[in-house]
Amino acid sequence: MAVIAFYLIAAVVLVSALSVIMARNPVHSVLWLILAFFSSAGLLVLIGAEFLAMLLVVVYVGAVAVLFLFVVMMLDVDFVELKRGTLRYWPFAVLVGIIFAAEIVLASVIGTADMETNFDASPGAETNAEAIGQVMYTQYLLLFQMAGIILLVAMVGAIVLTLRHRPETKRQNIAKQTSRRRSDAYELKDPTPGQGI
Amino acid sequence: MDLGLSHFLAVSAALFTIGVVGIFVNRKNIIVILMAIELILLSVNLNLIAFAVFSGTIAGQVFAMLVLTVAAAEAAVGLAILVVYFRNRGDISVENVDLMKG
Repeated sequence: MAVIAFYLIAAVVLVSALSVIMARNPVHSVLWLILAFFSSAGLLVLIGAEFLAMLLVVVYVGAVAVLFLFVVMMLDVDFVELKRGTLRYWPFAVLVGIIFAAEIVLASVIGTADMETNFDASPGAETNAEAIGQVMYTQYLLLFQMAGIILLVAMVGAIVLTLRHRPETKRQNIAKQTSRRRSDAYELKDPTPGQGI
Repeated sequence: MDLGLSHFLAVSAALFTIGVVGIFVNRKNIIVILMAIELILLSVNLNLIAFAVFSGTIAGQVFAMLVLTVAAAEAAVGLAILVVYFRNRGDISVENVDLMKG
């Protein structure tokens, strides 16, 4: 039963991955990418790695794919123009793909020990999330913190890269505003009647 | 026939190959190149998780989480660079990136 489900979901993964690289419209590519991530999460559920499956959905579908979608839709690019002439890359790409696939197959044929069929996604715990939680904040605390720092650096980097100040837009200058004195703002005059200032 | 490690290895090998082919096929379109890189990272993650689960250890799953973190950071920074590049040049053709000849 699990094997049949595996074959079905794996077929969806591979077909959608192929569609990602072959779609004419990058928006369709992103949508296929979402399907690929989603069904990969399904593959992980089959062997009991539920926590990572949910993480895949949350991080990839919820954040990365939506980011891609935003960028694809924000950039005003003529994608038909980009697609032109890509047909001549196919022979080379297929050649490289065959080489890669052959190397992977060779490596796994040579290096295969006994392929176990009994799996345990949550050793020493009731659930998968519990098993990860037991080591995440104890044994792998440093790695966890470093992952947080990587995310922080990426966030700051993305903001610094894309932030721009247009000179024509009016914006609030808080330093100037708070350093304003009363004497700069107005002055008292004492006009004599009938003369004006 | 039971679900085995080799099933997962086959799927992720195919996924990896599709990603590599995708980089070469879409040489002009950097957005699809980034998506192909995401596919490659996904296949690596699948491999890592499958090995961890079938060997009954938890470390591989924690590592897969870290790979996920780096993939998200990479996508964010890559797309930010892409947006800046588009703003400066008005297109995203990869073939013009080597203008500085650095």
